[in-house]
Amino acid sequence: MNNLYEQLGGSAAVEAAVDIFYRKVLSDDRISHFFEGVDMDSQIAKQKSFLTMAFGGPVHYTGQDLRRGHAHLVQRGLNDSHFDAVVEHLGASLAELGVAPDLIAQVAAVAESTRADILNR
Amino acid sequence: MPAILWDGQRHQLFPQETVLDGLLRHGVAIPNSCRAGVCQSCLLRASSGPVPPAAQVGLKPTLIEQGCFLACVCTPVEDLEVEAPGTGLRIAARLVETSRLSDTVLRVLLESAQPLDHRAGQYLTLFRPDGLGRSYSIASLPSGKTTQQSLELHVRLIPNGQMSTWLATIAQPGALLTIQGPAGNCFYTAGAIDQPLLLIGTGTGLAPLYGILRDALNQGHKGPIRLYHGALNEAGLYLVPELEALANQHAQFEYRPTLLHTHGPLPDCVLKDHPKLNGWRGFVCGDPQIVTQLKKRLFLAGMASREIHSDAFVTAAPAR
Repeated sequence: MNNLYEQLGGSAAVEAAVDIFYRKVLSDDRISHFFEGVDMDSQIAKQKSFLTMAFGGPVHYTGQDLRRGHAHLVQRGLNDSHFDAVVEHLGASLAELGVAPDLIAQVAAVAESTRADILNR
Repeated sequence: MPAILWDGQRHQLFPQETVLDGLLRHGVAIPNSCRAGVCQSCLLRASSGPVPPAAQVGLKPTLIEQGCFLACVCTPVEDLEVEAPGTGLRIAARLVETSRLSDTVLRVLLESAQPLDHRAGQYLTLFRPDGLGRSYSIASLPSGKTTQQSLELHVRLIPNGQMSTWLATIAQPGALLTIQGPAGNCFYTAGAIDQPLLLIGTGTGLAPLYGILRDALNQGHKGPIRLYHGALNEAGLYLVPELEALANQHAQFEYRPTLLHTHGPLPDCVLKDHPKLNGWRGFVCGDPQIVTQLKKRLFLAGMASREIHSDAFVTAAPAR
């Protein structure tokens, strides 16, 4: 097999990316308020799940799972600009790790495919 | 073919079947979500038998040391005895004595009938004869004894607190109690002897940190160790002479009592002293809001998420 997840380095790539990515997210005033008072440990596990999915790895959330999981955030105003910010940090994190631009584009495309479900449209 | 021992029952696995799939197939309810070794919902602990390393990828060292693993990516090659993490036996313990550490903190010494296989910094649940239970951190180090064992707890005196009031005013030495545990992932692991350690606690959050500190020093930790104990004012500090003595004996250790009324908020004081925390390991215990806030700030200052260990003390809801 030579899929995206394996090309990126599998679970080791998730481990390497999760802190870099989540630190960018928490430091961004546009989106950090969605994580106010949320426990780090459960967030890190969720971010790993998200990265595994975006990397084309073996996490299979259904559209319904994503809708349910983000419904409370949509009520608090989660919109396209926030989604864009997360995708931006995802790309920047991978670039920092030296991932090739064509692979980053593939990851961004996987993330993009979840937009409608996450924003509950 | 390997089998899984769960709660006294033996469950046979199919070839290449995971522990999660096998237990679910036999009707054992195990929480799970991603089934890909990521979300950690299906965390279990092996009490005996070898755990395949692949089932522990991404877990904190404290979980690995306790034999914890992810059931959804665990295909064992030999029989494995497993349990939910944090379940321990209930054993009898005798109250040895209680004494005041400060106006608001009681030191409780217990002697358990059997040794409790614990690490300093973990917690146990203490049950009164009538069944009322409360969780407390263990400040003492494991004795290594095979018969009975002394255990030290620091109990915050809560106005009208059922357990703390009973311990402080009614319980007599010799009273027979029950303990369950240990549980918790906030303890020292060896293997990085030169790593700088940051220990931060409020109130009786000092109890696990006092255990972790002495455990690290006993194991020959050489890297810098900084302990911040946060309190409102002088009256909220305790174990001051003991901690000052340890600081005098060990050049790598510094004790920093931090008073809200004098120095300002604890997280601000810590981060002012340590703006960059790349490579540090942190232990954070006590008030849940301060713990949550500190974990985030340590992380943003560069501490790796897997290096941040914590124990948030949640007070029992008032009785109605």
